[in-house]
Amino acid sequence: MSEKAPLVQLRAVDRHFLLGDQTVKALDQVTLDIHAGDYISVMGPSGSGKSTLLNILGLLDQPSGGEYVLDGQETSGMSEVQRAAYRQREIGFVFQAYHLIPRLSARANMELPLMLAGYPAKQRAERVEPLLQRLGLQARASHLPRQLSGGERQRVAIGRAMAMHPKMLLADEPTGNLDTRSGAEVVALLEELNRDGITLIVVTHDIELGKRAPRQIKMVDGKIAKDLILTAKAHPA
Amino acid sequence: MMRWLDMAQFNLRLILKHRFRTSMVLLALIIGVSAVNLMIGLGEGARLFVLGEFSFLGKNTLIVMPGKKETTGGMPPITGASPRDLTLQDSEAIARLPAVKRMAPLVVGLAELSYQGRVRESIVVGTHADFQFIRQLSLRQGRFLPASELHLAQAIAVIGPTLKRELFGPEPALGRWLRAGDRRFRVIGVLESKGVALGMDFDEVMLVPVASAQTLFNQQGLFRVFAEVRAFGRVEATRAQVIQVIKARHDHEEDITVITQDAMLSAFNDILKTITLGVAGIAAISLLVAGVLIMNVMLISVSQRTAEIGLLQALGANQRVLLQLFLSEALILGLLGSVLGLLLSEVVLAVGRFYFPAMPLHSPLWAKVAALGVALTTALLFAYLPARRAARMEPVAALNEEKGV
Repeated sequence: MSEKAPLVQLRAVDRHFLLGDQTVKALDQVTLDIHAGDYISVMGPSGSGKSTLLNILGLLDQPSGGEYVLDGQETSGMSEVQRAAYRQREIGFVFQAYHLIPRLSARANMELPLMLAGYPAKQRAERVEPLLQRLGLQARASHLPRQLSGGERQRVAIGRAMAMHPKMLLADEPTGNLDTRSGAEVVALLEELNRDGITLIVVTHDIELGKRAPRQIKMVDGKIAKDLILTAKAHPA
Repeated sequence: MMRWLDMAQFNLRLILKHRFRTSMVLLALIIGVSAVNLMIGLGEGARLFVLGEFSFLGKNTLIVMPGKKETTGGMPPITGASPRDLTLQDSEAIARLPAVKRMAPLVVGLAELSYQGRVRESIVVGTHADFQFIRQLSLRQGRFLPASELHLAQAIAVIGPTLKRELFGPEPALGRWLRAGDRRFRVIGVLESKGVALGMDFDEVMLVPVASAQTLFNQQGLFRVFAEVRAFGRVEATRAQVIQVIKARHDHEEDITVITQDAMLSAFNDILKTITLGVAGIAAISLLVAGVLIMNVMLISVSQRTAEIGLLQALGANQRVLLQLFLSEALILGLLGSVLGLLLSEVVLAVGRFYFPAMPLHSPLWAKVAALGVALTTALLFAYLPARRAARMEPVAALNEEKGV
């Protein structure tokens, strides 16, 4: 583990929701350090708070209490604009449901974050072309999402997440909608990106997938029930 | 920050994708914008048409009428007897004013004209040589009334071309004597056809010296005196002088009305402009309807695109970007609809001009700018609420709203 300051520091983070007149503790006193380049799986039953944790890590949601320091910056002091800007630059998201824009081609979907960030068309193409190649999608670049298989759609989504060269990739059930073979391909791709240096956090129900990560977090009732760090030798890959 | 061109392209794709709702919004906008432009075009056409009809006199002509009317503008007191006549001597006094370049007195009446058994009832105008220049009349044959002494009741006449045809047929009229009432006049000129101007068709009148008309109709009082002022800038001053001179001659009683063509025209102008604006305002209400439609369509769009909004937020779009994105969609729709609406209304106006060449059916530039401005403002105003709803969505809720593709 790196000696540098952790990329992510969660200190006693709570996330409470009001459900009728009842307070639901989706996250309850979660304390966690994540270092740059880590590969972590987050597992647990439905409603255990895994997705909430991911949303907070990705600045899509804010803690009700506790402290979240990201990249050396206390996130509670960040404005909406700053949070959006950090997400844009440093965080890539991969969703179970892909969330591709149906009227845009595979290439245009991958260019979307670059377009939002104001990159001109030429630079967008320079970024996306090598990604299409790496993801094996050159022949499918002009296809619309509905013309692509599930595995191809998820690869487009990964390409989109990587377009901005983020520090951190957050994947919420990335193989949840895929058959075994496509799922394996997607996992291989994510792990390859992690070996290239990106911090990878995967939320999953899939025990097989979860066990591939060198660090495995198990959540129950909004708390971290188990935080298993394997040594390099025990790494199954 | 997202580039404007990318934003436009992104929205265009969206607009093309949803053809039905796009065409509904465009239809509403086209109807609204073209209604505004058409109404202003028609109103302006009517206004210019009426002004053209009324501007038969030069800009610097004063019209002196017997009788006093308290308000300026509006129609002069055509009927209504005045206690004191406006006399030929009065008109001579007006002509003597240094600022007056030309003067023509006017006596008007109706007489039965006849020539070799052909009988025709016609307006007879008693006037003077300068009338030709004041009313810009030209002659087809012969000459106009001579510039002789005003009180000289010569038995000569100038007739309009229609009158000439109806009384003389193909025969030459010059030098012939025709009968008017119990008198005879020798035709010395035939007018060029001029058409109708404010109810008086010079094609059908007979012009005689003013003194002759006075004896023909046994009437001393003048119907009007036209006075042309030397310089346009002195019209108002001369008007005051005319009133003063006549007042001095009429026992210091101000019993005449002097109007300028401008005063008359500006009264009409004001009325017609008000009508045009009123009608355009009513047409603009249809743009409001278009606005409500835009709002509804956008609200549906926002709720249908909730997951997309969540995704855009995850990819770094902040509230301002989302607001811009949705407002620019409305702006593009507004622009498209306005341009198409303007085109449509211009085509209708062109067709109108083709069928009614006398009507100057043109909508002025300000009308187009106003229609465009109102349409775009409406589109933006009504799109603001849905756009703000999109911008303020919670990313997590938006992403979980529905499953994407």
